[in-house]
Amino acid sequence: MAGDKRNPEGHAGHELVVDGVGVNYRAVRALEDVTFSTSCGSCVALIGPNGAGKSTLLKAIAGLLRADRGRILWRGTGVGKWSREIAYLPQREEVDWKFPITVRGVVRMGRYPNAGWWRPFSREDREAVDRALEAMDLADLAERQISHLSGGQQQRVFLARALAQEAHALLLDEPFTGLDRTSKAALAGMLRELAGQDRLVVASHHDLETVRGIYDEVLLLRRRTVAFGPVETTFTPENLDATFASHAGQGRKVTA
Amino acid sequence: MMEWFMEPLRHEFNQRALIAALIIGLTNGYASAFVVLKKSALKVGSLSHALLPGIAVAILVVGLHDWSAFLGALFAALLIGLGSLAVSRGTRIDQDSALAILYTAAFSGGIILLRRLRVTQEMEAWLFGNIMGLRDTDLWTNFWISLGALGILTALHRPLLMTLFDAEVAATLGVPVRFLNYLLLAILIIVLISSLQAVGCMLALGLLVTPAATVYLLTDSTNSLFWGGSLLGGFCAASAVLIGWWLNLEQGPTIVLVLGAVFLAVFVLSPRYGLVRHWVAKRTD
Repeated sequence: MAGDKRNPEGHAGHELVVDGVGVNYRAVRALEDVTFSTSCGSCVALIGPNGAGKSTLLKAIAGLLRADRGRILWRGTGVGKWSREIAYLPQREEVDWKFPITVRGVVRMGRYPNAGWWRPFSREDREAVDRALEAMDLADLAERQISHLSGGQQQRVFLARALAQEAHALLLDEPFTGLDRTSKAALAGMLRELAGQDRLVVASHHDLETVRGIYDEVLLLRRRTVAFGPVETTFTPENLDATFASHAGQGRKVTA
Repeated sequence: MMEWFMEPLRHEFNQRALIAALIIGLTNGYASAFVVLKKSALKVGSLSHALLPGIAVAILVVGLHDWSAFLGALFAALLIGLGSLAVSRGTRIDQDSALAILYTAAFSGGIILLRRLRVTQEMEAWLFGNIMGLRDTDLWTNFWISLGALGILTALHRPLLMTLFDAEVAATLGVPVRFLNYLLLAILIIVLISSLQAVGCMLALGLLVTPAATVYLLTDSTNSLFWGGSLLGGFCAASAVLIGWWLNLEQGPTIVLVLGAVFLAVFVLSPRYGLVRHWVAKRTD
């Protein structure tokens, strides 16, 4: 179930456990009894129809929404209000891209847990920001206003902020939506690379064609867990049917 | 000519008005960047109207003292702000509608009450400002409010900007988003009150939106937005006091009029986001 434990020195053993979680979102029961567990080094696709609770689940793991049933454990302890080790990357359209701030300014936000309310950024902070910009191929755009970025560049800015944050787990909400072909391929490569560096990547994903090329594990979600497991065994037509078919009742149990 | 130019500076009340305009303009200009980035001009406008009934009730209950009007205004703004929140949480009415209902009702009550209190002369001042009527103590009050507001806003610049840019991500990074939102609103209300004597509650909104909105059409840099807005606010307010004296115009409305004129000019001529530039770019496409 868990990802490969390739590199015992990294975060490879760090485990994310979601156990029987239920969440209300805007007075709607958005998630019920969601259970899965994975660990650093894995790239997990979150798949389900609109309204299946994908965003809600990501927000609950990020600590933005409270789970009123079940537990969400990161490295054995419950996720609190926030954690430096878990980065949340919202859908791109949730952000005001006309906001007067540079690429570097956004990435520097990732250093906030370190620098706090007013302490000037230390050398360590600046180096972490530079490294993150470099890793996401943004060094040349660092001083550019975010209003002048393409969709792919915007997504990379979010990733760079998560890297500057030194997060182990990255939660991405629809990262591929609205990107052109080239940007999609580049982003897929970057997510693979991040998982290869023993980070945990969890992303909600729409395009069923590309799942096999990008992800190690897949969570099929329809308010509840329909199925969870490695892509090869879980991402099957039967399971997809159970996830998307309009007549698939809530009570129908599908096991991978 | 020189004589005419220097004349207003000879009167003590003019000097006071000039200093007050400068202080108020600088503070409001700085704070206006937050209003523009938060896109909350309408909300702040509603709260500025809510100040009047607070003043009326304060005068009714304890009479007109240095601090009674200030505290009354503060209390009313908080009451109506929180009241609208309570209505929107408890019913299907959205917060903007709730705010509009509460502040217009309270404002009407305030007008009726002020007329009965035989302070009709002051009413004009509360509505449109009377910067010439400032006393030394008012000047000091303004000074301390400005210093406090500017101090807190600059000290919390980083987490405040993160909250305004993306509150959810800010929260996942440990920024106390809810606390900062309330704090920002509280400071904006206090800044509004500090400009009450200069421009009155009908016009205070202009001073708390226009400066940064104008600079927003000129630059993409966050720092220029804040400090540029501050300088523009201070400069416009101070020069409007002089212009008002020379041309014999009411100072409060003149301040807001000058700001509006500068905005209009920038809106048309800004080399970056101006109308002319936009038009030329379209023609050459």
